[in-house]
Amino acid sequence: MALTQDDVFSKVQQVLVDALGADDDEVTTDAKLVADLGAESIDFLDIVFRLEKAFNIKIEQGEMIPDNVLNDPQYVTDGKVTDNGMAVLRQRLPHANVDEFDASRRVDDFVDIFTVNTIVQFVQSKLDKG
Amino acid sequence: MRWIWIDRILELERGKRCLAIKNVTLAEDVLHDHFRATANHPPQPVMPNTLIIEAMAQTAGILVGHANDFTEKVILAKITTARFCAVAPPGYCLKFTAQIERIDAAGAATTGTVERIDVATGKSQHLADIDLIFSHIDKNMSGLEFPDHNFVFTDQFFDILRQSGFTPPGG
Repeated sequence: MALTQDDVFSKVQQVLVDALGADDDEVTTDAKLVADLGAESIDFLDIVFRLEKAFNIKIEQGEMIPDNVLNDPQYVTDGKVTDNGMAVLRQRLPHANVDEFDASRRVDDFVDIFTVNTIVQFVQSKLDKG
Repeated sequence: MRWIWIDRILELERGKRCLAIKNVTLAEDVLHDHFRATANHPPQPVMPNTLIIEAMAQTAGILVGHANDFTEKVILAKITTARFCAVAPPGYCLKFTAQIERIDAAGAATTGTVERIDVATGKSQHLADIDLIFSHIDKNMSGLEFPDHNFVFTDQFFDILRQSGFTPPGG
């Protein structure tokens, strides 16, 4: 039977509680993984591994977080993502809301895109694709 | 110099598991400070849990490195679980079993158990569960660059492999 959005959220919440040592009540839909839950870069690898296990899915490197875009000089100028870079990010991150990031485009602000809801949407899209 | 905290590798199954042992001995200075006698207690020398984690990281690190013929720089990135239920006094043998739970281009997750073996009786006792995450740092998300040579898997590690009867890369 397909998981409901609430089921997906509950499992994602548990993954983040386990991976980040956060409390249940901190892991709200809008919570930012880095700013609010204290995630560090290596935690994203841990989160990916745990999501795969929890949902029995396969997540390729760069699929949840397009890590190589921000390291690519053709997409970043003076610490800001270019128009081309934004187009790539939108294409690679259909599960995320990048509008807010579009306002600053600062590479340093990129991690704020990742909220609990972003992860839920990402997992949901993976499950929908089967 | 690198502090090696395993003495011998017993089994190394590519991409699956690695077994290593460590004999705890009073010849190691660290045991004399951990723990010293106090006014109320005699000394209680035991191998520090942090070093037991390091020994597991070396066991699991070899396992993860071996999976890619030691071409990746495998760095301990996160201690996911470290749960201890016994201590490791001198005269005991610790047996580390590391298994790969997940490995990809970015890194690996391992699970591990530590047993304490009483060499007088052969009896084994569960000592710890230690789960770790390793990063293949040349493929890190921040795009940082590191030296070309593999500073993780040095000759010291390859010597342990050789002495344990395994053939490291290059023979």
